[in-house]
Amino acid sequence: MEKKATRDSYGEALVMLAEKRPDLVVLDADLAAATKTGTFKKAYPDKFFDCGIAEANMMGVAAGIASTGKLVFASSFAMFASGRAFEIVRNSIGYPHLNVKIGATHAGISVGEDGASHQCNEDIALMRAIPGMTVINPADDVEAKAAVLAMADYVGPTYMRFGRLAVPIFNDPSTYKFEVGKGIQIKDGKDVTIIATGLMVAEAIEAGKALAEQGIDARIINIHTIKPIDREIIVKAAKETGKIITVEEHSIIGGLGSAVADVVTEECPVPVIKIGVKDVFGHSGPAVDLLKEFGLCAENIVAVTKAALGK
Amino acid sequence: MDALLKKQLEIAATKVRMGVIEGVHSAKAGHPGGSLSVADTLTYLYMHRMNVDPKNPDMPDRDRLVLSKGHTAPALYAVLAERGFFPAEELKTLRKIGSRLQGHPSMGKLPGIDMSTGSLGQGISTACGMALSGKISNEIYKVYAVLGDGEIEEGQVWEAAMFAAHYKLDNLVAVVDNNGLQIDGRIDEVMSPYPIDEKFKAFGWHVINVDDAHDFDKLEKAFNEAETVLNQPTVIIQKSVKGKGVSYMENQVGWHGKAPNDEEYAVAIKELSDHLAELEK
Repeated sequence: MEKKATRDSYGEALVMLAEKRPDLVVLDADLAAATKTGTFKKAYPDKFFDCGIAEANMMGVAAGIASTGKLVFASSFAMFASGRAFEIVRNSIGYPHLNVKIGATHAGISVGEDGASHQCNEDIALMRAIPGMTVINPADDVEAKAAVLAMADYVGPTYMRFGRLAVPIFNDPSTYKFEVGKGIQIKDGKDVTIIATGLMVAEAIEAGKALAEQGIDARIINIHTIKPIDREIIVKAAKETGKIITVEEHSIIGGLGSAVADVVTEECPVPVIKIGVKDVFGHSGPAVDLLKEFGLCAENIVAVTKAALGK
Repeated sequence: MDALLKKQLEIAATKVRMGVIEGVHSAKAGHPGGSLSVADTLTYLYMHRMNVDPKNPDMPDRDRLVLSKGHTAPALYAVLAERGFFPAEELKTLRKIGSRLQGHPSMGKLPGIDMSTGSLGQGISTACGMALSGKISNEIYKVYAVLGDGEIEEGQVWEAAMFAAHYKLDNLVAVVDNNGLQIDGRIDEVMSPYPIDEKFKAFGWHVINVDDAHDFDKLEKAFNEAETVLNQPTVIIQKSVKGKGVSYMENQVGWHGKAPNDEEYAVAIKELSDHLAELEK
């Protein structure tokens, strides 16, 4: 299967978007080459503004631009966009509910060799705690591009999470449709539901195949919008399969697993078992090896699912 | 500035000060000291200089003002009321449940508020964004950002200062209200930001020092000069008196964030009313 990093999809989608939206402005904080806003900068140099290594100011500048009615994307690594600039995102973007799109790349442990200082496993938790903030975590190239184009038409603050690692393109661009807040059931199943987000969706699909070979019929759901979350698809899964496994390249505190558990505990309490980074910092190493080490792979999803079912 | 205009502005500023006192007294909380120090500047900008229309507060080509020192919202509210954005009666709802006059400015709630502020150091960045946006689409509007002197201890202010100079935002004018006091005491004792002018100069700004922020002639001269500056943002550093206009509040750090009680309120209103009567003679 062809692979591409969703950060590349992001950069390409911005170029596609500029053709439709003459009011588009893109900001970066000295990481354009890495976040791939550099792709946009090359195509539209007059609409790209480097803010230098100053993420706090960049988020404020984005808020000011948005207040004048233009469409603005502000980009940095997830660590700095959601972490360093958190309070500016909260007070200057979230509180006035300004139409700023935050394009955060290099999310999660798959940053790899840079190590724990750059491996942001807390961004979803931080961003979803801000009232009115939409949080999107696309799974592959097709979904990432569709999400960028769709969110450009949506008015309101949005955090979009992209990755550094090339991941399989499993969605079919000719049929794929992105709807904000709508989960996608990739495979039906009756024994258990695996709900995944971002680059873990491809792993969940692989796990589903392996489980099927072992006689376990797992439902696979892709949640690309973590907030507002698709309550309906989660409650239905809880009712029909009785057990949920969540999988995310993020801390098990405050991310997809927590969001799913919030819905399930309120509406249909069933066990929710969370696969994610277990309240620890990462460390340096090749991304693929790290994902395996931290249990963010199909093999571990299979093992956890079987254990949950007592098999 | 002609004498009549000056008198009109002095009258308006006195009414604004009364509005500040009405608001914080009614709220039993708020920040009178810094509101009174910046009252003349906000009065000058909204009543005379800025292109704004109370009937069309979201007018796209309006001049914008970001009160980066958002805790002095009572002064901004009183000026907006004086300019006709909403009824002055509403000043008494400051900080109360259901009020459009939040403890710190909240855009979208109240007409005339161009940006939500309150967390210090952030407003100046948003003003940079507005100014950059104006440059991108060749708009003629001006952007004003009003900062406290304690506020510039925030690192983000200097990120924004670098940004504004780098992108040659000559449609941006920042005001540093140098009343010399912050919550914990004198700014030069808490964490000195001095020399303020040399710092902005080093960051590439055109710097104008105003030695009396309560003299409309001097304000006029400074903002006129700012208007002529090209390819650089301008900062006006104005020496002001915290608590200006209410005798017992002047230069008293204790009046940074405290409301007057009923007795103190009566004294303040009496002083300001007397001053107003004098002006209106």
